[in-house]
Amino acid sequence: MTTAPVVSSARGTAAVRIENLCRQYQMGETLIRAVDGVSVAIGAGEFVALLGSSGSGKSSVLNLIAGLDRPTSGSVVVQDRDLAKLSREDLAKYRLHVVGMVFQSFNLIASMTLAENVELPLRFAEVDRSQRTNLAREALERVGLRARMNHRPSELSGGEQQRAALARALINRPKVLLADEPTGNLDSHTGTEIMDMVRQFNRELGMTVVMVTHERALAERYAQRMIFLADGKLIDDRANASTVLDSREQGGRL
Amino acid sequence: MKIPDLTELALRNLRESLLRNSLTTVGISVGVASLVAMLSLGTGLQELLSQRLAKSGLFDTVFVSSRRDLRGMGREEERKGPTPGESRVLDEPARQEMERLPNVSEAYPDIRFAAELRYEDKPHLTMISALPLSAKSNDAFDGMQGNFFSSDTGAEAILQKSFAEELLGKTPPLGAPEPAVTELAKPLLGKELTLRYAQRQAAPVTQPPLRGNGATAVGDSVEGAAYSVVSREQKLRIVGIADLDPETMRGPTRAKVFLPLGLAEGLHVMQPTDLREISRAPTDQPVYSSISVRVRNPAQVQPVEDTIKKMGFNTFSILDASNSLRQVFRVLYAFLGIFGSLALTVASIGIVNTLVMAILERRREIGIMKAIGASDGDIKKLFFAEAGAMGILGGIVGVVLGWAIGQIINFGTNIWLKSQSLPSEHFWVVPLWLVVFSIIFAFLVSLVSGLYPAARAARLDPVQALRYE
Repeated sequence: MTTAPVVSSARGTAAVRIENLCRQYQMGETLIRAVDGVSVAIGAGEFVALLGSSGSGKSSVLNLIAGLDRPTSGSVVVQDRDLAKLSREDLAKYRLHVVGMVFQSFNLIASMTLAENVELPLRFAEVDRSQRTNLAREALERVGLRARMNHRPSELSGGEQQRAALARALINRPKVLLADEPTGNLDSHTGTEIMDMVRQFNRELGMTVVMVTHERALAERYAQRMIFLADGKLIDDRANASTVLDSREQGGRL
Repeated sequence: MKIPDLTELALRNLRESLLRNSLTTVGISVGVASLVAMLSLGTGLQELLSQRLAKSGLFDTVFVSSRRDLRGMGREEERKGPTPGESRVLDEPARQEMERLPNVSEAYPDIRFAAELRYEDKPHLTMISALPLSAKSNDAFDGMQGNFFSSDTGAEAILQKSFAEELLGKTPPLGAPEPAVTELAKPLLGKELTLRYAQRQAAPVTQPPLRGNGATAVGDSVEGAAYSVVSREQKLRIVGIADLDPETMRGPTRAKVFLPLGLAEGLHVMQPTDLREISRAPTDQPVYSSISVRVRNPAQVQPVEDTIKKMGFNTFSILDASNSLRQVFRVLYAFLGIFGSLALTVASIGIVNTLVMAILERRREIGIMKAIGASDGDIKKLFFAEAGAMGILGGIVGVVLGWAIGQIINFGTNIWLKSQSLPSEHFWVVPLWLVVFSIIFAFLVSLVSGLYPAARAARLDPVQALRYE
């Protein structure tokens, strides 16, 4: 919590600003406070890891940033959009254009080929077919799956599926990439491959990355900043000294 | 999402659960088929009946009589017109004028008289009527033995079956089965009849008969102020025996023997109305008691009738009857339509069921789509498109199915009709409007069925949907 303002100011304006965020569920008789008064600002271009054990509320925070869920109270402002105030329609547009999402279970549509999966957001964005095909091909090229673009997800390995999911998340050139346990279903080697790719996008495209994980080692290796959650509350927020330094060097080189 | 994309995704989704969606589509097609079957049966029956009625010559005919005819005195519509005394005479120029009216195919005088016919020296008194050659298509002559008149002026006669029975002395007692026409025709066809009638002669006789005839005078013409009446004879050859009664609608005055119109006109038979013409100066043109005006299309009967009324004549048509017939068919249509729609209603419940199942199955997929930017509207439209696609496919298959059922029934019925030695009929008609209407109707019904599932899919919470395995 102490180092957060430092990092933000170093990185300029906040891409994501969360203030006193609460999200409660009613489960039968009991009220579950999944997110309980979290306030945090994430600067543009930052690579942030949300850490915590299961049930700590980290995924709930991510869903609120993604605009998939609405807060019970408090506010989430992403790229100057107050998500609580957006209509359902505008929230869908926000998900389409501003954020990209990657999931633990890849979430590719099984009945579609990789190319079709990757171009699906472009369909919702009403992009012309010819342009769509080119963009999808480019995106798959970038993640090294050009040759498999006409395969269905079930014909691919986990790592390949996650790469395709990354290509899909990035097809609309979002400002913020949200990753929910992206390596959770992958072996460590493939996981590293995916994370290297995410880091590359963060650095080369200046994309803000918010990653939910329970693996501290992974966070330490890639994130510039680690935010710890427990029982829906923010318990620690600190910069990852080595990565910050590393990224500044990299940034200097770019 | 754009419509082509939507359609493509919808068809892809339909292919994914091919069996279930096919079964639902089959349900719709059965519904549409039953609708098509019902309505095309209605259309076919209506066409068949209209054809029959058109052939009967009743629905496209305006019967014209002179207002001088006293029969109609006191009827309201006639009180409005000119008084009988000053109205026009129904003569040859009037007939020609009517024939020149638009949409009129012909106007011919009704010649009808009672006369004595001698067959094998035995006299038979009967009603005789003249027919134009166009009457050949009248369905009353469908089961006729022999031939129709060879020409408009031929000295020929067609006998109605009951008169043929009378000539042969074979009139069956009441209730006994009637002899077959073929049996009656054999001894009579080609035989000669002698017609004895009263001829009206304008005096002095200056002009030759209007049309040629083979009449020979038996009496002397008497010169007089107006005309004279001469008894004459005409030989006739029997060419046909009609099975049905061509004049059922005429009641007691219906004729049993028919002559070609040209011949009958040439005979100048004394008409009952002639007595009333005594006071007038004789004309060299024939005067008719009534004229039948045939209209090309029953729909044009009303305007033609109105025009003739304006000319100063009394008219009568069976248009009113055909109007109420149309009303009956409208009701029949509504009933057939409702019964036909029942199956489609059941099918539409099938669509709801299928799509609700699809939501359950594709919950996660819907969640994914929402997570990557699909709006509620996109999801809704996708389900609508699926419902609509099933509707259109079902509609097309249903129309084909309905048409095929109709063809089979047509075929089967005609085999049966043939076995009963009846002419075949085409009473199952699928008009183009019905094809278009059925497909659009199936599409609309499917969209309505898609309303609930689409709304439900759109409302799905993406967080829960993504958690769902």
